Amino acid sequence: MTGPLDSPVLQVRDLHVQIAARHGTVRAVDGVSLEVNKGEAVGLVGESGSGKSMTLRAILGVLPPEAKITSGEILLDGVDLVKLPNHALNEIRGPKISMIFQEPMSALNPVMRVGYQIAEGPRVHRGYSKAKAAERAIELMRRVGIPDPERRFRAYPHEFSGGMRQRVMIAIALSCDPEIILCDEPTTALDVTIQDQILRLLAELCRDSGVSLIFVTHDLPVVAQLCQRVAVMYGGELVETGAVHEVLLDPRHPYTLGLVRSAPDVEHVRESLVPIPGSPPSLVSPPSGCRFHPRCAFVEEDCRVQPTPLRQLPGNRATACLHYERTEEALAADRIAP
Amino acid sequence: MSATTFPSEAPPPEFVTEPEAAAGPRRVRRWYTQPALLGGVILLALILAAAIFAPLLSSYNPITQNLTNTLQGPSAHHLLGTDQLGRDTFARLLYGLRNDLRIAFIAVLLPFLIGVVLGSISGYFGGWVDTVIMRIVDIVVAFPFYVLVIALVFVLGPGQRSIYIAITLIGWVSYARIIRGEILVAKRQDYVLAAQSGGLSSVRIMARHLVPNVISQAILYAMSDIVQDILAIVTLGYFGLGVPPPTPDLGSMINDGQNFLTTHWQLTTFPGLAVVIVGLSLSLIGDGLADIIRPGQA
Repeated sequence: MTGPLDSPVLQVRDLHVQIAARHGTVRAVDGVSLEVNKGEAVGLVGESGSGKSMTLRAILGVLPPEAKITSGEILLDGVDLVKLPNHALNEIRGPKISMIFQEPMSALNPVMRVGYQIAEGPRVHRGYSKAKAAERAIELMRRVGIPDPERRFRAYPHEFSGGMRQRVMIAIALSCDPEIILCDEPTTALDVTIQDQILRLLAELCRDSGVSLIFVTHDLPVVAQLCQRVAVMYGGELVETGAVHEVLLDPRHPYTLGLVRSAPDVEHVRESLVPIPGSPPSLVSPPSGCRFHPRCAFVEEDCRVQPTPLRQLPGNRATACLHYERTEEALAADRIAP
Repeated sequence: MSATTFPSEAPPPEFVTEPEAAAGPRRVRRWYTQPALLGGVILLALILAAAIFAPLLSSYNPITQNLTNTLQGPSAHHLLGTDQLGRDTFARLLYGLRNDLRIAFIAVLLPFLIGVVLGSISGYFGGWVDTVIMRIVDIVVAFPFYVLVIALVFVLGPGQRSIYIAITLIGWVSYARIIRGEILVAKRQDYVLAAQSGGLSSVRIMARHLVPNVISQAILYAMSDIVQDILAIVTLGYFGLGVPPPTPDLGSMINDGQNFLTTHWQLTTFPGLAVVIVGLSLSLIGDGLADIIRPGQA
């Protein structure tokens, strides 16, 4: 990706989201910064509870009532979404930014014909007539590969298979030609062949329409297939960012290394997968210093006390690890003894 | 994006919400396989037919008095005899059923609408709006339904208009509570989040997405609510607060007939039985619908 594509569509700066819970304040997102360029797909990976989905919901301004953006900026074409009132956000959600969800069954209204659900965006945001919106919906259904769209227009979500439902979700997300689509694990609920079809469809949309994507997942091969850049989240913080192939093949953070080692790889069949020991940190009282230090194999004294912001490395990548060279060494050892 | 021509043979797309679709995906058993529902529907159909075709079933005018022919027993001319003013009891029964059913079916609509709207607002927005609406609901619920209806109609004066006003003022709270509870659950669903992510307004999300998903519970309740309303109308008629005489009404028939209970029991018994059968048929329909519509219950 080069040339005019380098102007960022979306910039997230130092985003903090806190959730008020009974046992204290959960710092679900703690200082996340992201940039997404036009036509670019950025992967956001991490285990459950690392703040990936909260980041997406904060960008859209649809956080649950108990969660709040406490500081940070979300710039879409230079406009800070955090400062916009809800009615102004409603003009942006749909025409400029939209979202695809993990469970296509529950994210579609069970009692509304899918055609109407797709047509609703153009009806509301573009003032299309019923007939024109229906035409648009059928065109979108054809574009996302739903066979026989004229007839399927009047079907209910339960009459569709999982993959077809996800295509409907994509059609809804595309209905007002947004600049950026946020994808919250859209392929997790699908089997691998369907997953591949959906990923190809998304990649095609990126390429042909210049739509940008933020793709949240915990599935590394999916990120490798679709995304150009990746950001790894752990405990509400970014721990590593960079180009996909560099980060996944040559990680500079022990957590990324752990993720890579714990994922199955068809080409290099390992004796056994290596899990990351321990469990994700409490976000009410996160560990001091590096949040990953209680689970890290390379932990040193300073990891326990010293704060670990992202540091730029050569090659337009960044890591939060103080001793990232140790990761390189471990990786070299892996390669010698596969 | 290229424009696609809309095929002319396809039916014109209509943007209408379809309440009956609320049960669509979950309707696994055909309705007529439910014995309770089937029985209720048949019973209610018979009652409605009797009420609607009253002029065909009885050649007598329910109001015309015949003072030379009072308090007759059942005969070929007068199936259930005549009352103290010589009016045909069978004709009065049919027309009374007709009036009371009509008032009850109309009286259930307004509370239904108001309750669904206020309940949706309360459940969706929460906060102080919810607090205000629910405190009003609590106040109304604190009084027994019949006591409050009778008191209100007494204050407003007898007649149909008062019955409608009283039942509306009191009846909406049950719908509001039911819908609020359902919305509290439903608004946590992903499809609501998806609708919000699509930049839809709160009004649109409530009306187009939430209400069609939760309306079935209110419809179920409406079945038992009609029974309650019929009982209230009959009770008011019995106390002389209902439809003013000489218009036939089951409540006033029961009241008029009770003076002759020992000699002419049919004057009171058949209007009473009619109320029981109407209530039974609507309850059976309600139960049968509940079994079919409510998910996770056989």
